[in-house]
Amino acid sequence: MTIDTMTTTDHQPVPAGLRLVDRFERGLDAPICLTWELTYACNLACVHCLSSSGRRDPRELTTEECKALIDEFERMQIFYVNIGGGEPTIRSDFWELVDYATEHHVGVKFSTNGSRITPEVATRLASSDYVDVQISLDGATPEVNDAVRGDGTFATAMTAMDRLASAGFTGFKLSVVVTRHNVTQLDAFKAIADRYQAQLRLTRLRPAGRGADTWDELHPTADQQRLLYDWLVAHGDSVLTGDSFFHLAGYGEALPGLNLCGAGRVVCLVDPVGDVYACPFAIHDEFLAGNVRSLGGFTDVWRSSELFTELRAPQSPGACGSCGHYDACRGGCMAAKFFTGLPLDGPDPECVLGHGEAALLGRGDVETPRPFPDHSASPRKVAVALSPSRRPDRTCDENPLAGFAVDVDPTR
Amino acid sequence: MRAVTTSDVVTDSGEASMVDDPTAPHGYDPARAWMLHPQVSLRPESFGALAYHFGTRRLSFLKSRTLLAVVESLADQPTGLDACLAAGVPEAELANYAQALSALADSNMICERVA
Repeated sequence: MTIDTMTTTDHQPVPAGLRLVDRFERGLDAPICLTWELTYACNLACVHCLSSSGRRDPRELTTEECKALIDEFERMQIFYVNIGGGEPTIRSDFWELVDYATEHHVGVKFSTNGSRITPEVATRLASSDYVDVQISLDGATPEVNDAVRGDGTFATAMTAMDRLASAGFTGFKLSVVVTRHNVTQLDAFKAIADRYQAQLRLTRLRPAGRGADTWDELHPTADQQRLLYDWLVAHGDSVLTGDSFFHLAGYGEALPGLNLCGAGRVVCLVDPVGDVYACPFAIHDEFLAGNVRSLGGFTDVWRSSELFTELRAPQSPGACGSCGHYDACRGGCMAAKFFTGLPLDGPDPECVLGHGEAALLGRGDVETPRPFPDHSASPRKVAVALSPSRRPDRTCDENPLAGFAVDVDPTR
Repeated sequence: MRAVTTSDVVTDSGEASMVDDPTAPHGYDPARAWMLHPQVSLRPESFGALAYHFGTRRLSFLKSRTLLAVVESLADQPTGLDACLAAGVPEAELANYAQALSALADSNMICERVA
């Protein structure tokens, strides 16, 4: 999920038989928070990018459309939005939209690679109560980080954090996607965050976007997952996780957070062209609920779309039903299953009891779903073939292939 | 229903930086006067309410409608206990509600006010 800083105030009178988790699984009238990818444009090309970002989509929501959407968020009392991308600060109206949101009581937390955090921007951010910043870093050393995020990106992120700290901004987030190569650096990440009086945020690597191509090599091994779990238990509330490791609850004690899949129930994703997906890790037609440009807007998509209605219906534990831990892990992450070609009513590919590994081995020659759309600046290893039935043109006009009947086959 | 406006918050943090910060967390005392923290928004839900603190960026769940009514009335009642009684909390449950308000005070969702 994507929700951070959760406190369930205990010892409260709760009507018998109604757990909060059950309420949430049935969905709320408005999301608690949502992720809004403002643009697919990005100056980096991280190998695990969830949204396959790179090139701007020419159909991006306009400034006025973005403001109308913020008005809707305000009416729905969505407390805050997690703005991401791409690199959201690339949009020329980025600050205008941030100001508009906070003036309309919609808090903003935005994710950035730090490349545009100038000393002036840092000062401006430090003065706002309603804006939070999340700096992405995927290695506690340049070697580990730059291998995933690109040359020089470690230095860029550190410079951005230096500037935020110098401007007096404390409590910003240092956001790390846990991989096979950085899982041994958790203490080092914590030390960096502490040095800047920032808060460490660890999230799960998902096989979504370009991550689908790199998940096999990057996702933590079974032994590493156990280390990660123990580390998270030891650090409790002092480390944020966006509630993303609930599949680890099968080890025993649940981690802090809601521990449920909130996709389409309490969270969702709005992409740069206004498409609404169940969650940020599921950018695929299969999880597309609608578009904010449609009649009825975002509110109608959230409340009435067929997909979200389905997700809010009781889910079958399927193959996980016979496992004594289903109540803890709820079958894990829907997107992780989908993009690894596993059935949605079966174990998570990283099931801590090993059922996922068995399922991956047993899946045979199943073609795994390809992330779509792909906005990567340079196409991945793709088969380019002339095709009479071409897909809708979702590429940017900068793409030399745009407008021609050439099919860049995302299924390789 | 929004509990806070941007101008409220600006005023609040301006004042808070002066002398004795009235919005700093204190242990809950039912005999004292309380209010929703000016930087907290409440969103009523069927199970109670969501409370979001824009300063600490923490989210809390109020797990009953009665607790929501208590929290909403804090500012108009002379004490926390009065707020509970006015919202119709039965005597047998007063201790539970005091504990809930204690948790909210500890996370700075509610704060003391000058009576």
